Amino acid sequence: MDDRKEELKKVSAERWRVALTLSVCMLVIYFGFILLIAFDKPLMGSILTPGLSLGILLGVVVILSAWVLTTIYVRWANRVYDGKIAKLRR
Amino acid sequence: MNPAQTPLPSTSLGQVSVEAIIFFFIFIAISLGITYWAARRTKSTVQYYAAGHGITGFQNGLALAGDYMSAASFLGIAGLVSLSGFDGLIYSTGWLVGWPLIVFLIAEPLRNLGKYTFADVVAFRLRATPARIAAAVGTLATVSFYLIAQMVGAGNLIRLMFGLPYEVAVVIVGCVMLLYVLFGGMLATTWVQIIKAVLLLGGAVILAFMTLWSFGMNPLALFQAAVAKYPAQNVLAPGKLVSNPWEAISLGLALMLGTAGLPHILMRFYTVPDSRAARTSVFYATGFIGFFYLLTFILGFGAMVHVGQAVISAVDKGGNMAAPLLAESLGGTAFLGFIAAVAFATILAVVAGLTLSGAAALSHDLWVNVVRKGEVPEAEQLKVARYASVALAILAMVLGITFKGQNVAYMVGLAFAIAASANFPALILSIFWKKFTTNGALWSMVFGTVSTIVLIYFSPTVQIDILKNTSALFPLKNPGIVTIPLSFLVGIVVSLLKAEQSAQDKFAIVEERVHFGAETTPQK
Repeated sequence: MDDRKEELKKVSAERWRVALTLSVCMLVIYFGFILLIAFDKPLMGSILTPGLSLGILLGVVVILSAWVLTTIYVRWANRVYDGKIAKLRR
Repeated sequence: MNPAQTPLPSTSLGQVSVEAIIFFFIFIAISLGITYWAARRTKSTVQYYAAGHGITGFQNGLALAGDYMSAASFLGIAGLVSLSGFDGLIYSTGWLVGWPLIVFLIAEPLRNLGKYTFADVVAFRLRATPARIAAAVGTLATVSFYLIAQMVGAGNLIRLMFGLPYEVAVVIVGCVMLLYVLFGGMLATTWVQIIKAVLLLGGAVILAFMTLWSFGMNPLALFQAAVAKYPAQNVLAPGKLVSNPWEAISLGLALMLGTAGLPHILMRFYTVPDSRAARTSVFYATGFIGFFYLLTFILGFGAMVHVGQAVISAVDKGGNMAAPLLAESLGGTAFLGFIAAVAFATILAVVAGLTLSGAAALSHDLWVNVVRKGEVPEAEQLKVARYASVALAILAMVLGITFKGQNVAYMVGLAFAIAASANFPALILSIFWKKFTTNGALWSMVFGTVSTIVLIYFSPTVQIDILKNTSALFPLKNPGIVTIPLSFLVGIVVSLLKAEQSAQDKFAIVEERVHFGAETTPQK
């Protein structure tokens, strides 16, 4: 019984550690983008190749990173977390 | 199709369009057919509020996208991009990045701890009456402001696209969505969202494809053409939308955390069988919504190049008609009719979702758990839920007509700011913090709601733009950066002032259930 409690505590801590790390990544990426817009408009407007500015590229990167982070979490949760929780289910 | 078509000198927008009406009636006929089918299955509260937990993760992903991709995001962002270029991306990204946070922190605990509304989670280990009253206030405030924005937008759009009088449009939207909610409950509302999401994504894909055709399917060539057409404007660089860094952070916080506190979005996680399906549904929703925002960016630039800014702002100053005008310019009146009907369907679906979540707050949270203390027969619960949806539909129509002609764009920001300041902190603290108390939840939610409304009233948007005063007491358009941290702080300080032993004791149950959930099986 106590083993189960200990194990659940470990799984729970791991789950929130993963969730928090990914949340912080998302916050840093998004607010990094917003702050660059707020503080350095000319940089964000610089043209990388005709038709593409750094700002547009980074905006698309923000959208892609939202997908990537969500995918990382869902894969981890489906493969690792769900298995561990299933073992602890009474 | 002639891709190199020059901008039309005139548009058939605003005239009664046969194509639009045909497409619209097809949508209404199908959705009412679904409502009839759903109504025969909706005999209990779990079916009425949660579609019997029988929706799959993929279906719910589409429905979440359908609930979230409002006319504001389709027409508004495309319009903003068409007139100012890059700046539209600031909204698109802000509205997307809340979704990963929902799946990391909220979706699974919400599904595992609650029954029909997010108030279930807040009230789980707290004293039910005050916690539920506070959560219902947060829900109803968010839903009401969102409804005003949607109804006024609906009236204007339908007048512009179909040539119907504003009041008639508002009443049609109110009555049709009431039919979905009243008879078909969550099952009908979910399928209306799914169909609308497919139509909207499909329409946007076709429109983007037609836009890019003449540019060799290369978006960069399209952007370059926009630069060449408006050389003075620097359309690829950030413009006027974000000037003050505090404003930028405040807007970003409200968009991001508000998404995670929208009651009609949170409610959708109860339609799936378990927390794994809740997780899957956010995965699909994030994919669909992100893809949709990439498309609207292309549509905005397409309208800028194919239609031209002069024509767009002549039809509607805010640019809201950019996407329909692009459809007309590329595909003629038939395609315009299709896109107009899709926009109408979009409004109907979003308003239905909002009404259902407001009705759940009134009936499940206030009537069943506060007034009657939980001992209520199913038949009575359903009856009250239906009365509540009728009342909300009437309220929505009255508000829509009352606010006719007002600039209500800020109301969407207000709804997101309340969701972020009133609902999000209490939800997070109740899931994660052992020492959270009933008083903490109550004060945090009331403070979040009231402070947001007060600060928006004193903001430049209301004081200068609407009331035409020369200055505003509060300098920011969006109060999120002040109200969100303060709501957390109020919740924490009030909880620390006076401990609540029963809430701490019950946290052990939360720690179990947050992972395992209550045993639920799909009920058809």
